Amino acid sequence: MKPDVLGRVLGPGEPELTCEQCFEELDRYVELSVAGDPADARVPGMRAHLDGCPACAEDFASLRDLVTQEGD
Amino acid sequence: MATALMTAPPEISWVDRLRAEGAEGQAAVAELHALLLKAARFEIGRRGAQLPHLRGGDQEDLAQQAADDALMAILRKLDEFRGESRFTTWAYKFALLEAAVKVRKRAWQGREIPLEDEAWSALADAGAPAGRGAEDAELFAALREEIERLGERQREVLVAVALNGVPIDVLAERLGSTRGALYKNLHDARRNLRAALASRGLRVGTGGEEEA
Repeated sequence: MKPDVLGRVLGPGEPELTCEQCFEELDRYVELSVAGDPADARVPGMRAHLDGCPACAEDFASLRDLVTQEGD
Repeated sequence: MATALMTAPPEISWVDRLRAEGAEGQAAVAELHALLLKAARFEIGRRGAQLPHLRGGDQEDLAQQAADDALMAILRKLDEFRGESRFTTWAYKFALLEAAVKVRKRAWQGREIPLEDEAWSALADAGAPAGRGAEDAELFAALREEIERLGERQREVLVAVALNGVPIDVLAERLGSTRGALYKNLHDARRNLRAALASRGLRVGTGGEEEA
């Protein structure tokens, strides 16, 4: 079975934030990511949630790209 | 030097200015709205492919609505700004969220939400033999059976979001629920499926990768 489909169905399979917690931490996580800091270590559970939640992953990508664009 | 010491950091200054009475507060709100509108346009622009039928004027209306709604949300939640990021980054996430939700809802407006049938063909395609045919077929069959055993709400959310690609906030609106509540359903469904597969001796690792 293709891993991407299996991944979408079964999710990350590790502790993750909720959508609400993800939104609360999103700005901090994005700035850490853009700065090259260890965002995943500083915000545990965020990476797993972004792997499991397509909507939050889109929100993350948009904020990261906007902040990156502003920094250019 | 005295001036530098007395000047509030920009992030705190934003909050103070937004709370100020009179012209100062109004100017800060207008400045913030312009930033939110820029963020909303950014989001709607990058999602233009999802709205091929939407004219430029309609996209601008959508951006204005998103900026307005984001502004209201931010003014309600000013106390929650902890200064752990730049104020603008914190504010942008509200505008991006409002814009993204509006785009997703507009893109699905009038479309039927596939909750069941299309999912099985997606799983069947995914389970087609590809070098490990027998093992894939066993996993596919088990997964399909276990999905059918899920409770109705968990199955509905899993099938719609994970297999049929329905945006979770669109589904939440149709079901009269919230994104957070539905993600909890999805999370519980995934946990139950993993446990059921494990009880059959079918092991899967994290991130959807099968363990060696």
